[in-house]
Amino acid sequence: MGKISVKNLDLYYGDFKALKGINLEIEANKITAFIGPSGCGKSTLLKSINRMNDLVEGCRIEGEILLDGENIYKGMDVNLLRKRVGMVFQKPNPFPMSIYDNIAYGPRTHGIRSKSKLDDIVEKSLRNAAIWEECKDRLKKSALGMSGGQQQRLCIARALAVEPEVLLMDEPTSALDPISTSKIEDLAMELKKDYTIVMVTHNMQQAVRVSDNTAFFLLGEVVEYNDTEKLFSIPADKRTEDYITGRFG
Amino acid sequence: MSNRITMGEKMKTYLKHPGSLILMLLVMLAAVLTFIVLLFLIAYILINGVPHIKPSLFSLHYTSENASLMPALINTIIMTLLSLLVAVPFGIFSAIFLVEYAGRGNRFIGVIRLTTETLSGIPSIVYGLFGMLFFVNTLEWGFSLLAGAFTLAIMILPLIMRTTEEALKAVPDTYREGSFGVGAGKLRTVFRIVLPSAIPGILAGVILAVGRIVGETAALIYTAGTVAKVPSSVMGSGRTLAVHMYNLSSEGLYMDQAYATAVVLLVLVVGINTLSSVVARKLTKA
Repeated sequence: MGKISVKNLDLYYGDFKALKGINLEIEANKITAFIGPSGCGKSTLLKSINRMNDLVEGCRIEGEILLDGENIYKGMDVNLLRKRVGMVFQKPNPFPMSIYDNIAYGPRTHGIRSKSKLDDIVEKSLRNAAIWEECKDRLKKSALGMSGGQQQRLCIARALAVEPEVLLMDEPTSALDPISTSKIEDLAMELKKDYTIVMVTHNMQQAVRVSDNTAFFLLGEVVEYNDTEKLFSIPADKRTEDYITGRFG
Repeated sequence: MSNRITMGEKMKTYLKHPGSLILMLLVMLAAVLTFIVLLFLIAYILINGVPHIKPSLFSLHYTSENASLMPALINTIIMTLLSLLVAVPFGIFSAIFLVEYAGRGNRFIGVIRLTTETLSGIPSIVYGLFGMLFFVNTLEWGFSLLAGAFTLAIMILPLIMRTTEEALKAVPDTYREGSFGVGAGKLRTVFRIVLPSAIPGILAGVILAVGRIVGETAALIYTAGTVAKVPSSVMGSGRTLAVHMYNLSSEGLYMDQAYATAVVLLVLVVGINTLSSVVARKLTKA
């Protein structure tokens, strides 16, 4: 059994059925990529894994998602779930405060007050996100003064600071230049040793480069889910083949 | 710059299209007139007021000889602080409820919005009448700073609510998502992330409110009364600067002092505006 199991998941936005009967097993310490054309439900499923969809009005979920065998929609504290399942968003979204406070925000939320402990967490998180060297001398400066790529790595560090088990990445490089993109990709491959990563991407080359498993979404369904290499070399489904060869999407 | 359009060429195009020439002249005229009126007003007050600013005008106690504005100035400050103390927390908290807690399409929001819009359209004399009937008579507070402050607080509440609401709405949702994403709850997200980002906008609303408090007369004459001294407690009657000015000029004996008072009021308002814009800039930079 995987780290995360999605079982017979249906999701509705009002009357619109955005996800239809999803079944997926996401393996621990691997990178799983969700690919598919816009509006196919890949981001929606990602946001269901840490219940960010709770914030969307009129969003209703049937079926279950299990994290280490526990149903995240039944009897689990949503704040603790989001501590265990961190998220990196499409556009870098550092808070309008200092670099240090950005990283310390999460740990402080979960009750860590000691200055020395926070210092350690900040340094460790920034190191893990491969950005420590660039910002160690300006920790007290505003995070908004950093470049887009730096901001995104800062956001990864912010997610790591609460010691999650799973890291969800929603098109983490779509707003970044190629150099920043490759840094984030390298980082993701480095991080999978300690974390389970699920990444939504529009970019098929990115899925090939970084992911171990890939799920192909179309119109709210998972068409094919397989080892990345297999999915891209010998797709089992005609629609997958059409998509990866660029016939639509 | 060889391709710069010279004034002459511009005039030529305008002459070809007389309609746009007329329109341009009209909007220019409007701008110039507005500016002249404002300039004239300020110059008029300054010319009539400044020569009459004397040290006796600032003596601690009002007598019929010195027509001192000091008690009124102190009352104005007390009145402003009291009103803000009541209105700001209520206004901000209601705005937080509307933006962060009430779901979209909540019918209650429509009712609240209608109420606040109606409230902000009511003439201040009506607030004064209500204040007199409710705070002064029914609650038996008498003419007092407290009755005045509560009346003004109700008057500025819609203003603070609306500006805070707009400021909160302007905070990007990505901040909220980022905060929820690391496992922070609603309360922490609102008070640690959303509210600090909205402070400059909220402050702008508070400044507008201060302007209305400082300039208000009608609502205060009926609630705080017109006693020309600093009362011993907030339950005592006292006049603010604007009310003081109204009294001086309506009695007709102290026109010079009234102009001098107007100068002080003008300086006070300009001072508050400058101070608050400096504070807002400091806060946004941090």
